[in-house]
Amino acid sequence: MMLNHKSLLGGAVAAMLVLSATMASAQQKFIVIASTTSTEQSGLFGHILPRFTQKTGVEVRVVAQGTGQALKTGENGDADVVFVHDPAAEKKFVEAGHGVEHRQVMYNDFVIVGPKGDPAKIGGSKDVVDAYKKIAAAKAPFASRGDNSGTHAAELRLWKAAGVDVKTAGAGWYRETGSGMGPTLNTASGMNAYALTDRGTWLNFKNRGELTILVEGDQRLFNQYGVMLVNPQKHPHVKVAEGRAFIDWITSKEGQDAIAAYKINGEQLFFPNYKPGSGS
Amino acid sequence: MTTISDAFLLALQMMWQGNAELLSIIGLSLRVSLTAVVIGSTIGLPLGAFLALARFPGRNAFIVLLNASMGLPPVVVGLIVYLLLSRSGPLGPLSWLFTPMGMIVAQVVLITPIVGALARQTVADLWTEYEEQLRSLGLTPLRAIATLLWDGRFSLSTAVLAGFGRAIAEVGAIIIVGGNIAGYTRTMTTAISLETSRGDLALAMALGIVLLTIAIAINTGASLLNSFTRKTQGA
Amino acid sequence: MHAPAPLLPLLLEEVSFQAGGQRLIDGVTLRLEAGPPTVILGPNGAGKSLLLRLCHGLLQPSSGRVAWLGPAAQQRDTLRFGQAMVFQKPVLLRRSVLDNVIFPLKLRGMNRHARAERAQAALDRVGLAALAERPARVLSGGEQQRLALARAWALNPQILFLDEPTANLDPAATRQVEQIIKGFVRDGTKIVMTTHDLGQAKRLASDIVFLHRGRITERTPADIFFTAPRSDEAGAFLNGDLTW
Repeated sequence: MMLNHKSLLGGAVAAMLVLSATMASAQQKFIVIASTTSTEQSGLFGHILPRFTQKTGVEVRVVAQGTGQALKTGENGDADVVFVHDPAAEKKFVEAGHGVEHRQVMYNDFVIVGPKGDPAKIGGSKDVVDAYKKIAAAKAPFASRGDNSGTHAAELRLWKAAGVDVKTAGAGWYRETGSGMGPTLNTASGMNAYALTDRGTWLNFKNRGELTILVEGDQRLFNQYGVMLVNPQKHPHVKVAEGRAFIDWITSKEGQDAIAAYKINGEQLFFPNYKPGSGS
Repeated sequence: MTTISDAFLLALQMMWQGNAELLSIIGLSLRVSLTAVVIGSTIGLPLGAFLALARFPGRNAFIVLLNASMGLPPVVVGLIVYLLLSRSGPLGPLSWLFTPMGMIVAQVVLITPIVGALARQTVADLWTEYEEQLRSLGLTPLRAIATLLWDGRFSLSTAVLAGFGRAIAEVGAIIIVGGNIAGYTRTMTTAISLETSRGDLALAMALGIVLLTIAIAINTGASLLNSFTRKTQGA
Repeated sequence: MHAPAPLLPLLLEEVSFQAGGQRLIDGVTLRLEAGPPTVILGPNGAGKSLLLRLCHGLLQPSSGRVAWLGPAAQQRDTLRFGQAMVFQKPVLLRRSVLDNVIFPLKLRGMNRHARAERAQAALDRVGLAALAERPARVLSGGEQQRLALARAWALNPQILFLDEPTANLDPAATRQVEQIIKGFVRDGTKIVMTTHDLGQAKRLASDIVFLHRGRITERTPADIFFTAPRSDEAGAFLNGDLTW
């Protein structure tokens, strides 16, 4: 029995070591960025962040959420930097005093993907609003993010422009997945539905099934990303120096070049477009 | 179904090559879940024993609550812990949101009721068997807690394993509280969730197979150890 | 543990015990003094085990009074630690033979060295020293009962309650257990035991308490009881009539 008590004690000590090891790794310099699933899942961050960390010694922890949730995370003070793509919401965020040093960083574009059979006959069109009208008229299944993300906001703006009220659309063709871009594409792939997606996520997406790009290139499909620091006056613990270093870097020539250099199958995903004074 | 066969090949390949990123993800999963199990058991076992032996007003209601908490939805736990640990929440100053510590907290909340409820049943059964003898030897029910936990150790190990199973398999709570940060709070389950959302179903499934393999290995090890000590120490 | 203040005598006054609407022990008055063994006899269901549990304090009487009259009863610890009980089916902890004996010594605050020594002596006494490191629960029935007796002996009780200690044992094991009981008697421990084995009662008892349907019909010195019982119920019992 002595032995057993000792081994119990040993187990507890081992567990404490595990615990302290878990905590020890939290000691180096880092910032938390609340960002979107599109930047994370497209692989952009995996490409550019190591360069930033190598240069500054600041580790970047990316929490990938929908734009709505990412802004909320910033508002609560749970991130140092917010990096999202919903200019209208970003503007509001800054005006409400939650964020400072807002800068435009880059854009990518959305595409409409849908089944090769294309029941709404939208393939090849350059007019995204017209395509939306056709999908609604054909009552062809459409998978919406429905998660209050930047992509969801863009999608809703397009439905509004098309004069379609999806809240009353009914008939079951408009389906909100309430999840991220990838799961929404999985759903669309599973039920051969149309979906609006950012190109980066699409290029990285493997489970395409019958889906293919049907509409692209419309000006209205461009998707602007902005970055900002969480307001340190509201949240004194925000790592101002490190957070500002990131914002400066991503808008520097080096950062902008790194964004432009990220390609999948030879295709560039994000187009840097920082101009000094471009913030809100 | 080629995805599944692809997944098996990929899983074998990953395990064979022992890729560093995979190893660190496995390491984090084990660290978080094992720590949560140790803490959850440290709370849950005495709590269960106490509820089995003590008599106080509201005890039955507490037991019902505890049993019901075994089925707490992980996302709800995740959300509650998220709100508590948020900088805008009461525990914000700890800075545990989006860290392994936060994930451990969430899993402790999930596990403790499981360990506690199962321990309560085990200890109550054991007490039925031991009550007269222990009282004859001069033990009051509350002072018998340690004795009963020790003597119930073989049955209680099942409760602890059940807690571990819940922790290692759970994704809903830790993805909210941990944020699935690459290289920092990404575990087996959150990685599977991520790869699924990227549509890389074969990789997701392969990670799932690795996770299952680890879970089976741990349970096998525990069961071997259990039957060995049972043999040497008596059931 | 030397010359502790006496706990006995034990007095039961008009003790009744009810459960499930039935009066299982009915107005028992009994005084137990230090001295040679008292055996409680009676047919199955007479309430022998209940009576022992009432004496030992495991059950509280529904009415009446159980009182220890010796000075040791004034303190809770000496009251509790002055008595011990061995059950029909021994309850052994899931640990080694030695640890089973050490366990209650630890409760009594005995230091590590003293309790190891005492436990070893107890195992020697019942002939289980060679099995000290074995898991208690894999012992045979007879060995388990001897271990339970060793555990009781280590506590050096003034009074030991034994509830059918050999009910499930073969003759050889029964003989060993009786030897151990006689050892307790030699050490001056008061033995109060129940048995359904008349031969055993004859071998061990100094006096007999005969219980029938929860009532004591007589209390008689053993030599008289077996030749000339005073109550009809005891007479019928000794004749092997089925009475209940």
